[in-house]
Amino acid sequence: MVKKLTIITILLMLVGAGTLFAAPKSGGTLVFGRGGDSVGLDPAYETDGNSFMVCDNIYEALVFYADESTALEPGLAESWDISQDGLTYTFHLRKGVKFHDGTDFNANAVVFSIGRMMKEPKVKYFGKGWEIPPQDRPPEYWVSMEMDDILDSITATDDYTVVFKLKKVNAPFMANMGMDFADIISPTAFLKNPKEFIRNPVGTGPFKFVRWVKDDRIVLERFKDYWDKNAGPYLDKVIFRSIPENSVRFLELKTGNIHICQFPNPQDIDLAKKDPNLILPTQPGMNIGYLGFNLTKEPWKSKVALRKAIAYAIKKKAIVDNLYQGLGQVAKNPIPPTMWGYNDEIPGYAYDLKKAKELLEKAGYPGGKGLGEITLWSMPVPRPYNPDGVKIGEAMAADLAKAGITAKVVTFEWGTYLKRQREQPEDMDLFQLGWTGDNGDPDNFLAVLFDGLASEAIRTQWKNEEYHRLMIQGRETIDQKKRIEIYKKAQKIFFEECPAIPIAHSTVIWPAHKSVQNFKLHPTGSVRMKNVWLK
Amino acid sequence: MLAYIARRFLILIPTLLGVSVIVFLLLHLTPGDPAELLLGERATPDALEQMREHLGLNEPIHVQYGMFLKRLMKGDLGETIWTRQKVWIEVKQRFPATIELSVAALFISCFFGIILGIVSATKQYSIFDYASMLGALAGVSMPIFWLALVFMLIFSLNLGWLPMSGRLSVGVELKTVTNFYILDAVLTGNGKALKDVLWHLIMPAVTLSTIPMAIVARMTRSAMLDVLRQDYIKTARAKGLSRVQVIFKHALRNALIPVVTTIGLQFGVMLGGAILTETIFAWPGVGKWMYDAVMQRDYMVIQGGVLFIATLFVVINLCVDVLYAVINPRISVR
Repeated sequence: MVKKLTIITILLMLVGAGTLFAAPKSGGTLVFGRGGDSVGLDPAYETDGNSFMVCDNIYEALVFYADESTALEPGLAESWDISQDGLTYTFHLRKGVKFHDGTDFNANAVVFSIGRMMKEPKVKYFGKGWEIPPQDRPPEYWVSMEMDDILDSITATDDYTVVFKLKKVNAPFMANMGMDFADIISPTAFLKNPKEFIRNPVGTGPFKFVRWVKDDRIVLERFKDYWDKNAGPYLDKVIFRSIPENSVRFLELKTGNIHICQFPNPQDIDLAKKDPNLILPTQPGMNIGYLGFNLTKEPWKSKVALRKAIAYAIKKKAIVDNLYQGLGQVAKNPIPPTMWGYNDEIPGYAYDLKKAKELLEKAGYPGGKGLGEITLWSMPVPRPYNPDGVKIGEAMAADLAKAGITAKVVTFEWGTYLKRQREQPEDMDLFQLGWTGDNGDPDNFLAVLFDGLASEAIRTQWKNEEYHRLMIQGRETIDQKKRIEIYKKAQKIFFEECPAIPIAHSTVIWPAHKSVQNFKLHPTGSVRMKNVWLK
Repeated sequence: MLAYIARRFLILIPTLLGVSVIVFLLLHLTPGDPAELLLGERATPDALEQMREHLGLNEPIHVQYGMFLKRLMKGDLGETIWTRQKVWIEVKQRFPATIELSVAALFISCFFGIILGIVSATKQYSIFDYASMLGALAGVSMPIFWLALVFMLIFSLNLGWLPMSGRLSVGVELKTVTNFYILDAVLTGNGKALKDVLWHLIMPAVTLSTIPMAIVARMTRSAMLDVLRQDYIKTARAKGLSRVQVIFKHALRNALIPVVTTIGLQFGVMLGGAILTETIFAWPGVGKWMYDAVMQRDYMVIQGGVLFIATLFVVINLCVDVLYAVINPRISVR
């Protein structure tokens, strides 16, 4: 009997190994169906996911993010050293890498690519370099990641070594270097026609740009001289097709005309589960949808018990089940659980009406009396972290009513919403907002969203001395183990003070045809076709 | 005739100026800020300021309008805010798609609409009349969105006869010259692509044609009924002309005047209003482009696009007026 079992186990393992390690097959065209066209293809200037997903396959950065996380791996830089004082980063570049236009990738290309985003470029080439032309427009990511305050100079010390000097110690700097905006472009191709580069991209990535039919398709083909000979690209061509209507895009997948369907309607996911021809790549999104308070005015500013009462009164699970339609998980921290530094010991504010009422009384508003009608700002557009702001706002208002609080759902046009929210006006009490992570660093959530002492631009304007100190400390500590402790502590303060209520992290499911092999969704939303092949 | 056309073209200038002022004011009075929308949640006041400065949004409205007019004088519609491309290039890329779709839809709606109208009128109060007018009512009230999805489910998913969306199959190569795919396929002698392009055109064109078809049919019917009661029709019958000759030569020609007006207007509406059809069928035309521009507050696209469509609208109306004279020589164009 034991023998029989062993044989069966071995057989099963062999079969398993066979499917797991099935040799990737080269060739074929993969069609990726998405909701909209790219805006442009110069990574320094783009701000939207539809642009970045194409850039992800054309360009590469000095460091890569791992397949399904934001752990850093060697990219165009094979290795790097960080000086003792944390101010000098030396990147040792990969040799034998070519751009799609046949020119060589080297240290000068790095200096040019990154240097062109600096407000006042402080760069030095090795030998002859290129003059950096004036910027077409402000490089958005560079500006919003405040790179000009971090980076001092870039120097190529030989053909394959680049030295970045920082103005101050900044631990997330390495993670930033893996983001799309830090992709390396071909200076030769760029200088041929700087204004047209966004429509004629040239990088070192596994696929090269072929053609762009506006609002219809972008065609990429395999780059034959790609440096990594041990893995992909396997596909001959990748085509990004724009099919704006969600249900039509899903029907195209069912018909077999596209291989992957981005952002289907939630109700179509049930259909996809039943379809034997489809698979369901899934990834928890690196995002947070939260409910904030207007912390520039009373009573929200000083009454922690009131803030907590609201937190306990909202049925987060019901919101995720019904309005996210199951495509999400209830949040208890402001960073997603997949991120390093996540503090799982935080209990979170699970729905508890009794507790909410007690806290209301403690805050001096028994049964909501004395609070009057409060406003609950809700965004007018679906966002990656919140599928329907107004409906969720209404659900929250209904929950609050049960605790005796009258909340009015208010909404504006999206641009106005963003603008007025930042101004923290008198007529705003609660507001919904959220965030999609850029680089997988906890600083990118905890500091950027909640450290109101750092800047007037922080959308929550929470001013807590201890939290602020931790954020600075976290940024100035290079050792990740120590940083984990710092951020765990920060989450504890966050939970105790409740400056905002974490509601949910959304989950991304993009159904694909079963012939698609090795396609992995990335938490940052990037789409990488390098190792994908078709059966 | 020529003088008339020249005069009509001159009138175009104040018309377009008026349109541009209205569009400009509407845009800048509507809440929303392209810089804010470009940067989204991560906008910092610094980044916003730099972006507004770059886009010239910090200037007072009249200065912005002045700059717009100055560019326009040079025939330049400016550069789009999002895609950083000359507006006219973006128009050039998308307009052929819309024209192809609208002309096909117009052809279908005129052909079937006029025939249905004539038959209904000549067989008034027959079963056929009731059926076709009921059909016309259904055509006007049918939600395009629903109709398109039903077509897709039947003809693409289940029967597999027609492609579901887009202008050209992924596997078909076509060298584009004019961006009018039918024309390009013919010019480059690419039979395979021509078939593919026509196949892609059928469903969206039929979907887009339903409403105008119904309107044309009802218009033709009522115009024909009017004309058929006239004395000269009786005379024509009395002198022994065949039924076909009476209907097509004497009645239809006179009945066509209001129908042509309707068709002209419908065509204009289709050019600017194919938004739904273009969105559902992933048809890369101007409708979808303009809609996105409104949502993203891409002022340059909206201004340029509206001016372009307004020009076309005026030109089509002019063509219709000239057509009157051709159809009915009693109307002289002066």
